[in-house]
Amino acid sequence: MTTACAARPWAGPAGKRRSVKGMVHAEYDIQKGAYNSAGEASADIKRKLQQLGISPVTLRRVAVSSYEMEMNIIIHSLGGTMGLCVDKDWITLSSKDQGPGIEDVELAMSEGYSTADDDARSMGFGAGMGLPNMKRNADDFRITSQLGEGTQITITFKVM
Amino acid sequence: MLGNRCGPAAVFRQEQSVLQRWKMTIKEIANCLDARVLCGEDRLDQSVTSACCSDLMSDALAFIHENAALLTGITNPHVVRTAGILDLKCIIFVRGKVPPDEVLEMAREQGLVTMTVNKTMFTCAGLLYDNGLRGAPMGWPCREEAVS
Repeated sequence: MTTACAARPWAGPAGKRRSVKGMVHAEYDIQKGAYNSAGEASADIKRKLQQLGISPVTLRRVAVSSYEMEMNIIIHSLGGTMGLCVDKDWITLSSKDQGPGIEDVELAMSEGYSTADDDARSMGFGAGMGLPNMKRNADDFRITSQLGEGTQITITFKVM
Repeated sequence: MLGNRCGPAAVFRQEQSVLQRWKMTIKEIANCLDARVLCGEDRLDQSVTSACCSDLMSDALAFIHENAALLTGITNPHVVRTAGILDLKCIIFVRGKVPPDEVLEMAREQGLVTMTVNKTMFTCAGLLYDNGLRGAPMGWPCREEAVS
């Protein structure tokens, strides 16, 4: 499923939103606990950006962030969607899940804090680095979460 | 230090220049560890500039650099997927671990070199360090400025 990213409110950091029509936009459905297909959306995002000739440094930052974003939905949420939007100056990744939401976002942003279950930990996840890693790789990071409703994350990268 | 103007991309570039000081070919690594190469025998001439030991893929995603070797005791497909995201050159399975065939097939498709070593992760890290390889800098010296 794809949607036009020009209509999205997250097409760039606040105050710098672009009205440029999106060059690439894609949306991915991510299922809860779908470990077998984990990483496929991120691999597709990386492939799309490679085709656009995005620099290796930026490509790597986006790829790491998208993989963390994808794994977060698989491990912690009831399922959701992940979106990619590329315009002239910005690459934007976004996620929206169906809950359960984060009780304490500040705590969840702490390096090393994790609520991952044993299944996730047995596969090498749950180091508590997902959200901090997204934030440190991005040029702009925004997260909103409502307990019982869900979490939305929007991260943007300057195109170098 | 990079001052107030540094962002994530600048930090990456600075760390890459530091890492260029240390290099080992994958063949040298295999010899040094007395490893058995599992796939990617035709790519042993590639160089790696750092190594990272981790059984936690989120830590690997946070701290490892491209052109690096990953030492791990995890053998599931997520190791190979993580390596693909990070553009790693080589995965070293420690403690004698050998991944299932389907994981090795994924590694072949990605052009990764994989090897298994019948030594602990600590011993492998020590041997590689002793032979000139270094870990990636912890980095993000000004991440507060970079992400605020």
